[in-house]
Amino acid sequence: MTETFIDESQNRSLWGDVWAQYKTHRGALAGTAVFLFILLAVFIGPFIYDVDPQYLDIRAKNQGPSWEHLLGTDQLGRDMLAQVLQGGRVSLAVGVIAMFISLVLGTFIGLMAGYFKWLDGPLMRLTDLFLALPLLPLLLVIIMLFRDTLRSMFGPETGIFLLIVFIIGITSWMNTARIVRGDVLAQKEREFVLAAKSIGTPSRRIIGRHIFPNVLSPIMVSATLGVANAIITESALSFLGLGFPSDFPTWGRLLFDGANYMTLTPARVIWPGLAISLTVLSVNFIGDGLRDALDPRIRGR
Amino acid sequence: MFNFTIRRLIFTIPTLLFISFVIFFILDTAPNDPTGNLPLTIPPEVREKIRVSLGLDKPMFFRYLLWCQQFFINEPLNMIEQWFDITIGDGERLRVQSWATRSPVVDLVVERLPQTLWVVGMSYVVGILIAIPIGVISAYKQYSWFDQIGTFVSMLGFSVPTFFTGLLLIVIFSVQLQWFPSIYDTTLRVTDWDSFVLQVKQMIMPVMVLAFFNAAQISRFMRASMLDNLQQDYVRTARAKGLKEKTVVLVHVLRNSLIPVITVIALGVPQVFGGAIITEQIFKVNGLGQLLIIGIQGADIPLVQTLTFIFAVLIVLFNLIADILYGLLDPRIRYD
Repeated sequence: MTETFIDESQNRSLWGDVWAQYKTHRGALAGTAVFLFILLAVFIGPFIYDVDPQYLDIRAKNQGPSWEHLLGTDQLGRDMLAQVLQGGRVSLAVGVIAMFISLVLGTFIGLMAGYFKWLDGPLMRLTDLFLALPLLPLLLVIIMLFRDTLRSMFGPETGIFLLIVFIIGITSWMNTARIVRGDVLAQKEREFVLAAKSIGTPSRRIIGRHIFPNVLSPIMVSATLGVANAIITESALSFLGLGFPSDFPTWGRLLFDGANYMTLTPARVIWPGLAISLTVLSVNFIGDGLRDALDPRIRGR
Repeated sequence: MFNFTIRRLIFTIPTLLFISFVIFFILDTAPNDPTGNLPLTIPPEVREKIRVSLGLDKPMFFRYLLWCQQFFINEPLNMIEQWFDITIGDGERLRVQSWATRSPVVDLVVERLPQTLWVVGMSYVVGILIAIPIGVISAYKQYSWFDQIGTFVSMLGFSVPTFFTGLLLIVIFSVQLQWFPSIYDTTLRVTDWDSFVLQVKQMIMPVMVLAFFNAAQISRFMRASMLDNLQQDYVRTARAKGLKEKTVVLVHVLRNSLIPVITVIALGVPQVFGGAIITEQIFKVNGLGQLLIIGIQGADIPLVQTLTFIFAVLIVLFNLIADILYGLLDPRIRYD
């Protein structure tokens, strides 16, 4: 009894508690492990497995797995494993940056709509309007229309990267905004906000210092969902042939290119697809675990 | 309730107009030239004439209003004429023309609609039929092995993108086992038993891919909703009255749990149409999604504008249906 008391008084902190709860979620732990593995493989892997993903070797085309090419080769003799690793960098980068844009937008709009009453109506109507837009068709249309301009402005790779990250970001903030707004509405009626107001704290600081830290947990959960969503959207666009060009592989693009050679080398479809699915699955499990760990009502049990 | 419905209906009109304007605006401000895909040998003055014939010399706002008139007034009038076999006015109306095929867009849509509805509709029905029993059992036996597996599989269902499950099914069942065809043959007419079997065979894979995705989401909602209801006092009362467990769960709890699930189902319909764009592309179904992709690749602006707007109408319409259904089914939620 005394022991636990001392233990707790010394070691308990908010993030310690969150971690303690997170550890009990087996799916989340497995998800974290898989996600870390994918991150390591994608960012450190190419230094160990240093085959040039763009190296053409026509004589070794459409091969199955061998010691020379661990996952086989494509129709131009490029090494699949090197391409999957290279593609993963782009896919993950798109996922994280697009999530970041949508998170910043969603949090900002949610905070404004929740805190300032006169902004609530217009901002929420805007959110509803965005939710009513047919996103996939619109994304396709926007990419088709602006692709060439951006390519000539920033070069083929950077241009399309900026375009995809930007449009995924600005079309996926709505759920974050709604959740944050709901939480802000609840938080701003609390006594500590009243106390802060009564000593004359400006709104800017009330939002930044008192409300924002208290709505951080739903934001973190929607961050994980946002990464998963952005990765899937990017691969879907690339899969429909409207994403990245084929000499700049992402997982979706590899899947799209591989689909034509499905009967010959089915492995070309399996590996990139597996990479997308595993990443999204692990991120979703992390989100699930975070949701439980950040919820104080569940954490106590 | 009636007032609410009317108010919502009236509110949808400006929403839809605004969305159609946004779509038109995006398509119009885009820096691309519809004559850009034509051969370079065409002299500039002919190019200019082509642009004029497409109506591109008019200001944007004028063209938007023209599109509105064609889509909201002329096309419905045409449809009424065809259905009732009458002529209204002189019957000579401008219709929304596709630039690529030079035929009315609405005719193209009508041509493609049945395939999409068959595949999408069937997959949604199958998905619901799978999801509801799974949701009920996993909630009733919470944390049992069935529930654990169900949770994992549904996590898999909405993590694995449909374009991967589709390709995987093709690799397994078309390439390796050769059970089902990988390409959907839309010219097939069901006349006798054999052609019916063929039709079923070619529909299994696209339907299953979409159904798996839908079932994953709906079964989660079903489970959560069942869990909420199983804790309620009326369930204890029903049990205390000595009702059979089967009656308690399948009549009392299930009926109440379905209320939120039905709205989720209604809200999911537009999303499924969006997902069908990808599935149609994989299995080469010539439905609406494929039409959209063709339009986008060929820079066929009127076609893309109309199709995108139809998707928007679906979203707004099913949001409305979900709201109204929720009010009708749940007496605790009456909006006025």
